Formats: sequence, structure tokens, C-alpha cells
Amino acid sequence: MLGRLTLEDFKHDFVQNGAVASMVLGGVGLIALIFYLKRWKWLWNEWLTTTDPKRIGIMYIVVVLIMFMKGFGDAMMLRAQQAMAVGDSQGFLTAGHFQEVFSAHGTTMIFFVGMGFIFGLVNLIVPLQIGARDVAFPFLNALAFWLFTAASMLVLISLAIGKFSTAGWLAYPPLSELEYSPGEGVDYWIWILQIAGVGTTISGINFLVTILKMRCPGMTLMKTPIFVWSILCAMILVIFAFPVLTATLFMLSLDRYLDMHFFTSGGGGNPMLYVNLIWIWGHPEVYVLILPGFGILSEIVPTFSEKRLFGYVSMVWALLLITFYSFVVWLHHFFTMGASPGVNTFFAIMTMVIAIPTGVKIFNWLFTKFRGRVHFTSPMLWFFAFLLNFTVGGMTGVLLSVPPVDFQVHNSLFLIAHFHGMAIGGLLFSLFAGFTYWFPKFTGFFLDEKLNRYAFWCWLGGFLLAFMPLYMLGFMGATRRLDRYGVETNWHPLFVLVAIGAVIILIGASIQLFGLFWSIKNRKKNWDHTGGDPWNGRTLEWSIPSPPPIYNFAIIPTVSDVDPLWAIKRGEAPPARKDYEDIYIPKNTPIGMYIGLFSLIFGFAMTWHIYWLAIIGLIGILVNTIIQLSGNDEHDLITAAQVQEMEEARIRGNAAL
Amino acid sequence: MKKPNNPVYYMLLFSGILLFIFLIMQPLEILHFRDYISVLFPKGDIALEQRNLLFIVQIIMLLVIIPVFICTFIFSWKYRADNPKGVYDPDLVDNIFLEFVWWGVPFVIVVLISILTWYKTYELDPYKPIQSEKKAITIQVVALQWKWLFIYPEENIASLNFLQFPKDTPLHFEITADAPMNSFWIPALGGQIYAMSKMKTELYLIANQEGDFRGSSANISGEGFAAMHFIARASSEENYQQWVESIKQSQKGLNWESYSKIALPSQEDAPETYNLTDPKLFDKILNKYMHPKKE
Repeated sequence: MLGRLTLEDFKHDFVQNGAVASMVLGGVGLIALIFYLKRWKWLWNEWLTTTDPKRIGIMYIVVVLIMFMKGFGDAMMLRAQQAMAVGDSQGFLTAGHFQEVFSAHGTTMIFFVGMGFIFGLVNLIVPLQIGARDVAFPFLNALAFWLFTAASMLVLISLAIGKFSTAGWLAYPPLSELEYSPGEGVDYWIWILQIAGVGTTISGINFLVTILKMRCPGMTLMKTPIFVWSILCAMILVIFAFPVLTATLFMLSLDRYLDMHFFTSGGGGNPMLYVNLIWIWGHPEVYVLILPGFGILSEIVPTFSEKRLFGYVSMVWALLLITFYSFVVWLHHFFTMGASPGVNTFFAIMTMVIAIPTGVKIFNWLFTKFRGRVHFTSPMLWFFAFLLNFTVGGMTGVLLSVPPVDFQVHNSLFLIAHFHGMAIGGLLFSLFAGFTYWFPKFTGFFLDEKLNRYAFWCWLGGFLLAFMPLYMLGFMGATRRLDRYGVETNWHPLFVLVAIGAVIILIGASIQLFGLFWSIKNRKKNWDHTGGDPWNGRTLEWSIPSPPPIYNFAIIPTVSDVDPLWAIKRGEAPPARKDYEDIYIPKNTPIGMYIGLFSLIFGFAMTWHIYWLAIIGLIGILVNTIIQLSGNDEHDLITAAQVQEMEEARIRGNAAL
Repeated sequence: MKKPNNPVYYMLLFSGILLFIFLIMQPLEILHFRDYISVLFPKGDIALEQRNLLFIVQIIMLLVIIPVFICTFIFSWKYRADNPKGVYDPDLVDNIFLEFVWWGVPFVIVVLISILTWYKTYELDPYKPIQSEKKAITIQVVALQWKWLFIYPEENIASLNFLQFPKDTPLHFEITADAPMNSFWIPALGGQIYAMSKMKTELYLIANQEGDFRGSSANISGEGFAAMHFIARASSEENYQQWVESIKQSQKGLNWESYSKIALPSQEDAPETYNLTDPKLFDKILNKYMHPKKE
């Protein structure tokens, strides 16, 4: 009846029980709070059933926040264990638990923090920047969010029920095959990624179409903001790469569920095939993460330098080149597999070629500051730190791309330092910059600048301390994923340093979290009184009030410049007309949420081999899809008169302030 | 700096100090841990070549990194918004010459490193035999759960979690696994290569100094992965011969049956030596996964 699920699967060690207890208490507390405040109806109407990308974007970021806490907790456990488990000391985690934690850390951070944060910002900003009232497929957008949320709930469930995968975040076979991982862990991992992956593909299609088809009049592709360009490139990568992930995981699940032999050691399977396939998805995925980071910085640097972006055309071509080349470098993740030197050389050179457009971007940002008026607000601080860390990370990346050097540092902590330099120093710092920059746009008030700065210095110092020694540890022969090591290696002092660095980052992250609540609490004090353009912005999102009205633009703008708002401010373009029109807004629908819920049920049931429940989940998904597909797209009408009224009320309200 | 009462000044100063600390930390770490940094202070020619290549590429890369760092600091200071002497030119958004420089310079650098990489990748191909007057010793390596088995087919001996060989003699490793994929790595002697069941990868290494080096597994292979390391001992020729002879005397034989027992999952096994009684053992291990699965 319950498949493989037994009472044993609810029993965990002390550490995990604590995490589960706090998670359950947090959830129950939240539900109780909503009951207490009698906000269910509001929650349902305004948020859970919404198809408004601005609302969906905020919900993405809320889920990301929860997942970030989990992924960060995992990271702290890894660091604590490695600082303790030297020689005879076993630390506080068993080998199996440690392996679960690092697998969960990687999966959580890449899929649910990196991707989630990006899709959050994309939802919030892309329609505003292209002068659109909505995305191309509002329902698909909601559906993608709910699939993302369902998958992240499955991650949290895996903490409480049973074990997570111990095979690392990419689950190389044959370790991830039944023979060596018979438990539910890898199945959890497969279904989490399948659900999240389908959501991501749907989002990719949605935003590609949105960007290509819904730009406002006059916004030709070469007048599109660079952030939108970066998202366009990232979505192209998503559409080409994610189906590969889905197919690969599907084959792995056939191996595990139906005893097939795609990637097994015996029976004619070939694990090398999996490694190739997963990186054919995996390397573009790296650029799906970093390209939006580039895009964010390309918006921030010009704004805070009071200049246009230096070399716009170069930037676009650099993005396109990176997009193309990211598909021809996957083999550099396994030079050590024994390919011939010819093959290795090809992929090495392709990898180095990517460094050229990336370098161009860095110089263009630098020269955007040249002869500008640079305001060092906290987004610019993040950019400053990004530049320092990203160039170091890029340098070590080129080192890793040279096969004979790679043989000596592959799978060592040198590699870990490199990609965390890119993921934290590159991606996360730029996401923080973007979050701080656009925060007043979607809330109407600022994040507390002072707390932001404290957090920044903790992050920068902590990051350097937590990851620079890893380069040296790699040179000392320390491989990744070690749950214990000998005294004779002399790694211990450096591991302690690294753990201290992690604690400093923890302080920074806590300040940020506190800063977020503090800013929300004191929002009256931090209110943006400029009526929507606090940073002297340049692109369309700053031309409308903050937070934007439900229809974004009362009048769809017509642009003739890369920086339309900047052009108006400088008198180079006429200000917007004022003739209002009827606006259609898609109706709310709970079907996206229902499909997400049934996907969660399906994923959970498949993980535990509860087939009757899986069939219910599948039928649920199917029925809801049919209902959605057979209904007409329903819209709410906001008449021109209502729009005019709302706009004028806002102007009066601003005048009153 | 006349006006230190400027937040930008403190920002740059503070981050400069941070960077300086981490810059100075590297040589200090190197001095302090000198004997343990096997990749940077290798004991064999292959690792030495790889290290030198690392240094060369690093230096070439610094040609780009250092100007970026300098520009970052100078531009941040010079073009800060409150600089009374700052030049402001909002329409400076394109400069063909400058753009040509930073598409061109990285391009030239990448071409340079590419040529070097091409040449060195062929030269340091792990499958390429090492030129030497001495004949290479073949050692067959099997990654197990969670230990390493070394078979010396020419000497008809085998050892577990312990590897001995004479210095200045090329070593020809033939590597496979009878376990999840792993990676065979002796950092002091040179780069790693994957160990995969059913497949044979090869690796040529050489030790130019005597000593005990740490050999490790570099790819996650399950529960006992962390403790799956071994000692690689480079000794004198005589010492090596003695070691071989002493094993040949021993009673412990290694054939398919005893191998199958060793291959069962276990952790932290003490080093062990065997008299190889089945010379085809390695091929049998390779072929183990070749035929269709029998149920």
C-alpha cells in the first residue's frame, strides 16, 4: 500500500531531526499566522492563483529565500564537518549523511537558489523593461512557478522522510544506479530535477516568446536593454539544454525502475554516455546562471555611472558568442576520462575562446565607469566585489581548461574554489546587486542601505577567507567531498580557516535577512518618494510608478533609443502621450497550483514506488491540463476610464506626499 | 590622499587591504606547508612539467588580470561622483580603438595559450610512454569498494592500498574499476585519470625522488570514499627488488576466488601483499562486465 515507505524512514540522527523540527514548526507557525490574521482569502486571490508576473516574481523570491536557508545550512554543516573530522575524530556526521548533505547542497543551490532567483528577477523586470503589460503565456508562467515550488517542496520533504541522494549533485552512474544506490535517494533527486526541469523549460519558452514578440513599438532587437538580451540568450540555452537533462534523467530512471541498461556497468550499459549527456546539459546550464548576472550588472553599472553602457554592440555580440560556445565545451568537465589528446585539445581551445567575450564584457563595464560619475551605492559595491572575484575565478578557469594542468587539479578543492568563485563571486553577488537595485521598483521602498553595506563586507571578507585557502588545499592534494582525512595531510589548519570564513558569510547573510525584515518593517521611513525612479534610471521600468500598477504601463511606450528614459530626460525623445485605452488582464486561475500539487504527489509517489498514488497524481495533472486547455482564455477588462482614474489618483497621491 | 574623509576612499582602502591580506597569504601558506603542497613541489617529471605549464599559463593570465585590478581601483577613485576634478563625458560610449584592443589582446593571449596547450596536451598525454633508458614497469590498478588493488603482471605479485616502485623508472599504469567510477591520482607524481569498470585507461608516471607519496581517489565512489587512499612508495632499485622477492616468498596467493573476497565492500583496509597465482586476473576483472548480466 505504501510502497517502500516504512516507519524507519522517519527516523533520523539528532542534527537532521533538529532541521526537520524547525522546518515543521516554521510551516505550522506560518499557517497559524495566516489563520490568525484571517488572510487566507487575500492569499488565495492576490497571490496563489495569480498570473501576474510581478506577483509570481515575488513568490519565486520567497521560495528562493527558504531554499537558500536550507542550502546554506547544508554548506555550514559541510564546513563544520571538515573542520572537525581530522585523524581519529569522526566529526558529527556519518559518511552517508555527509554525502547526502553535499548532494543536497549542490542541487538546492543550483536549481532552487540560482535558477529560482533568476526567474524571480526575470518575472519582475523583463516585462517592464520591454514595455509589455504581461508575458506571452501568463498561465504557463504560473504553471512553471508551481512546478518549481513543487520540486522545492520535494527537496524539503526529502529532509524529513527517507534519505537524499548520496551520489553528488550530478549523480554519475554507476554510483547512482540500483547496484550501488538501491535506496530512495537517487529517486528523490531524479524526480526533483524532472519536475523543476519541466518548469524551467516551460519558463524558457515563455520568456523567449515574450522577448521576441512583446517588445513595445520602436524597440528593435538592437535597442533592447542588455539585461533582456542576457535573458534572451539564457532562455535559448534553456530551450536547447533542458530537454537533454529531462531525457538523461528519464533514461536513468528507466535503468532504476525497469532494470534497463543505459548507464549500468554491466549488461551493455555505458556510464560515459551519461557523463557526456549530463554535461551537454550542464555546461549550458552554467551559462544560464551567469548570463543573467552579466545582464544585471550591465544595467547597474551605467545607471550608477550616469553614463550609457560602453560598447553596447560588443556586449550583445559577446553574449551571443558565449551562448554559442557554451554548447561546444562540455568535455572540459572530464578531460581525465582518457580521451585522446586531439579531443582534449579541441575542447580546451573552445573553452579558452569563451574567455575572450567574457573579458570584453569586463573591460566594457570598466570603461562604462571611465569619465562617469560613479555612485557607490550598495549595488555598485557588489559589482566592485564581483569584478575582483570574477577575474580571479576566470583566471583559474583558464588554468582548469588546460588539460595537463586539469589532470592535477580536477576534482580537487581547487575546482571547488573556482566554481564557487563563479557561483558566489560571480552569480550571487550580481543577483544581490540586482535585488537591491530593483527592490524599490517592485515594493516602493528601499532596502536598508547601512545594513546592506555591513552584509556586503561580511560577504566579501568571508568569501575570500572561505574560498581562497581552497585553492591551496587543492594543490595539497585535497579532493572534494571528503568527510574525513588524516592528520598527516596537514590540511586541518586551512580547513579551520575556511570554516571561519563560512561563519563570517553566515553573519553577512543573517544581516541581509534581518535587513530585509527591518526594511519591510520600517518601509514608511525607507519609502521611495521619487514616484518610481529613485536611481535616475535609464530604462522603461523606471518610467512607471513603484510598485507598478497591475497593467504595468497605462500607455504602451514607443521608444527610439537603447535607454528610452534617459533619452526623454535629456530631451532627445518626446515624453509619453496620455491617451488611455482599455486593458485586458488575464483572470486568476488556480490550475497552475493544482498541477504543481499533483506533480508533487506524483514525484513523491514515484520515489517511494507507491504506484496507485503516482497514477492519481498523473491523472490529476492530465485532468487539470485538459480543463485548462479546453477553457477560453478569460480576461478581466479595465476600461480606459478606470485606467485614467487610477493614474490620476496616483498622481494626486504623489502630490499629497 | 588629502581627503581621507571620503567613503569611497575607505571602501577602496578596505578592499585593498583585504586583497593584500589574501595576496600575502598565498606565499606564506606555500612557505609554511611547503612539504605538503605536492602539486606545486612535485617529485616526478610529469608533475613537474604540469606544474611548470600551470605557472606559465598563470603568468600569461596575470597580464590581463593585473590591468583589470588596477583599472578597477583607479576608475573607482577617479570617477567617483563627488570628485571635484572628475571629468564627465556621458556620451563616451564607443571607441573603436579601445574595443579593438580588448577584443584583440585577449584573442592574442588565447591564441598563445591555445598553441601552448595544443603542444603540451600531446606532449603530456597520459597514454604516451615516457622516454627513458629503463624499461617501464607495468602496474595494473583496480579501484574497488573502497580500496585500491595493484597488480604487477611482470613480477606476478599484487598489493592492496600500497604501491612500491623504483625511482627514475617509468611506470605504466593500466587502470580499471570493479566498483563505481573513481579517479586514480598521485599528486606528487602527476595528473589523475578515471578508473571505470569494463574499461581500461592508461597513465604513465615517473618518480625522480625516493619517498612515500599520498595516492588518493578523486571521484566520489560511495560510503567509504574518504578513507580510500594509499601509499605510493618510490624506493631504490635494490629496495624494490627486495620487496618483490619478499612477496614472492609469501604464502598469500591471489586468484579469482580470493580476489572476489577482496572485492567485497570494506573500508580502511590495511596494506596487504599477495603472490599473484592467476596471471590473467586483470583481464578477467575487465571482462567481468562485458558479457550480458546473468540473472
